[in-house]
Amino acid sequence: MSQLASLTLYHNDEARPIIEAIIADNPGVRVLNMPGAVKLDCEGSLVVKRASVEERLGRTWDPQEIHLVIISMAGHLDEDDDQFSVSWKH
Amino acid sequence: MTAKKLGLKQRYAHMTRGLDWETSYQPMDKVFPYDTFEGIKIKDWSAWEDPFRLTMDAYWKFQAEKERKLYAVIDAFAQNNGQTGVTDGRYANVLKLFLTGISPEEYQAHRGFAYAGRHLRGVGPRVAAQMQSLDELRHIQTQIHTISHYNKYFDGLAEFPHMHDRVWYLSVPKSFFDDARSAGPFEFMIAIGFAFEYVLTNLLFVPFMSGAAYNGDMSTVTFGFSAQSDESRHMTLGIEVIKFLLEQHPDNLPIVQKWVDKWFWRGHRVLGLVAMMMDYMLPKPVMSWKEAWEIYFTEAGGALFQDLARYGLRPPKYADIATAEAEHISHQNWAIFYQYTHAAAFHTWLPDAKHMDWLSEKYPNTFDKYYRPRFEMWGQMAKEGKRFYNMALPQLCQTCQIPMGYTEPGDPTTICFRKTQFRGETYHFCSDGCKDIFEAEPEKFAQAWLPVHQIFQGNCGGATIPDVLNYYRMNVGADNMDYVGSPDEKLWNEWQADKIRTAV
Ligand SMILES: [Fe+2]
Ligand SMILES: [Fe+2]
Ligand SMILES: [Zn+2]
Repeated sequence: MSQLASLTLYHNDEARPIIEAIIADNPGVRVLNMPGAVKLDCEGSLVVKRASVEERLGRTWDPQEIHLVIISMAGHLDEDDDQFSVSWKH
Repeated sequence: MTAKKLGLKQRYAHMTRGLDWETSYQPMDKVFPYDTFEGIKIKDWSAWEDPFRLTMDAYWKFQAEKERKLYAVIDAFAQNNGQTGVTDGRYANVLKLFLTGISPEEYQAHRGFAYAGRHLRGVGPRVAAQMQSLDELRHIQTQIHTISHYNKYFDGLAEFPHMHDRVWYLSVPKSFFDDARSAGPFEFMIAIGFAFEYVLTNLLFVPFMSGAAYNGDMSTVTFGFSAQSDESRHMTLGIEVIKFLLEQHPDNLPIVQKWVDKWFWRGHRVLGLVAMMMDYMLPKPVMSWKEAWEIYFTEAGGALFQDLARYGLRPPKYADIATAEAEHISHQNWAIFYQYTHAAAFHTWLPDAKHMDWLSEKYPNTFDKYYRPRFEMWGQMAKEGKRFYNMALPQLCQTCQIPMGYTEPGDPTTICFRKTQFRGETYHFCSDGCKDIFEAEPEKFAQAWLPVHQIFQGNCGGATIPDVLNYYRMNVGADNMDYVGSPDEKLWNEWQADKIRTAV
């Protein structure tokens, strides 16, 4: 049975580079648009890479800044200085 | 040469662990008296993992930033008279139910996590529970601030804390949290941290708040998503607590399973109110309750319980029944409130033809067959001057405290009715789920403060409906009854007329 890892983010200017980075770095990601929010689902795991976000944002970005735009998630979370991920893998 | 900067994981370890100590002049069991009686066995508290490596200084920094953003939106909304720009005057009624029925539970969550943060003896869960306690206090504060703007114009909001402790339908969420807060700290963490926050609150804060945005209420969607940005931390705490308990000792499994079953069913019953808000009370509906249930319970809950199966945990008992009820619950709840509109502190209405067509499309198996005929009949009766009011006080379920208006699984034309005996008394239930919960803890649930029983016992201001409404501090004729003909409607129509005049 399918196990989707998921992040829901604000749909605003601040989150846009993160949303774009997720779409670029997670092939097969499913995008569900809701008024005000966007839900990104990916089979097994989903990763947000600092370098990809910084490239789009044009400044340094601390993965913990995701706290400002995250609405919901599914999966076990792991974060360090270079990325933020949710996953059902062990 | 500068010292090498520590990585996030090391920095976190330095700033959180070692904050506690083994007590010396008092035994640890006296300092932490409540974390053993539930039968949960913990061998090693230090095995607790914190996936969000948020230190206290980073926590304050991010929370302050969130507050700045939120209050900028709330101010802008007030300055622009945003209340005149929502889709319809009926919209304000979701805020009335939110402020009277949901915001006070944020406060109960704040108190509950403060208790867990004091009484769990491991430092990891204690830090996380304390942060969550502060978050929940922030949630109720921001909700009161946001909705206070609507209170300047709309009825039904002014007495929310008084009403919360007394009004019949508000006892449903209140008793849910009272039950969790009067449990031990581990049950509280499974009840609120896991079952409610991880498995169920998405249903409240994601599609419903998105609906607020869709209906033009930028202030509510902003507090909703701002609260929800703390929620990913809360969900993570919920999932960590269950993994931790299941990994610590095999004896914990049956205890945890019993709590998961209980709190899933209780949460499902409370969220029936949200189902009705989404399907009936948003003038422009955004997603049906059934669709939300599929995404957030069937799909997300499915992935979660598939993962937890490795510990021997199975999906909550009666999950299949709850899923089947997603076809019915919003319709049955709205019908209850329509009949009892004289005793509710928000307005009701019948869905118009366009809204009924939306319901038919979203509920092809049930709406036209079971619910449309009832609403059409009530519409006809109202046209003939015989608007239907139910003047009898309903039998309440002893566990969930909801009037017993729900139907049998698999038979939507027969009311579901269960009962059991305890100490020579008969107790009534809306479902097998609620009956099982009572039978597992009859001493606790036999003490439930049931609004209808309390009225009959003379504890709610008197024997007549006006006496009881007075006890509720309900502004009769303004707070209650149908939207059509209410002061809210009159004001809304004036705003619309003004807009047309200005445009001409
Ligand atoms: Fe909250
Ligand atoms: Fe929460
Ligand atoms: Zn019940």
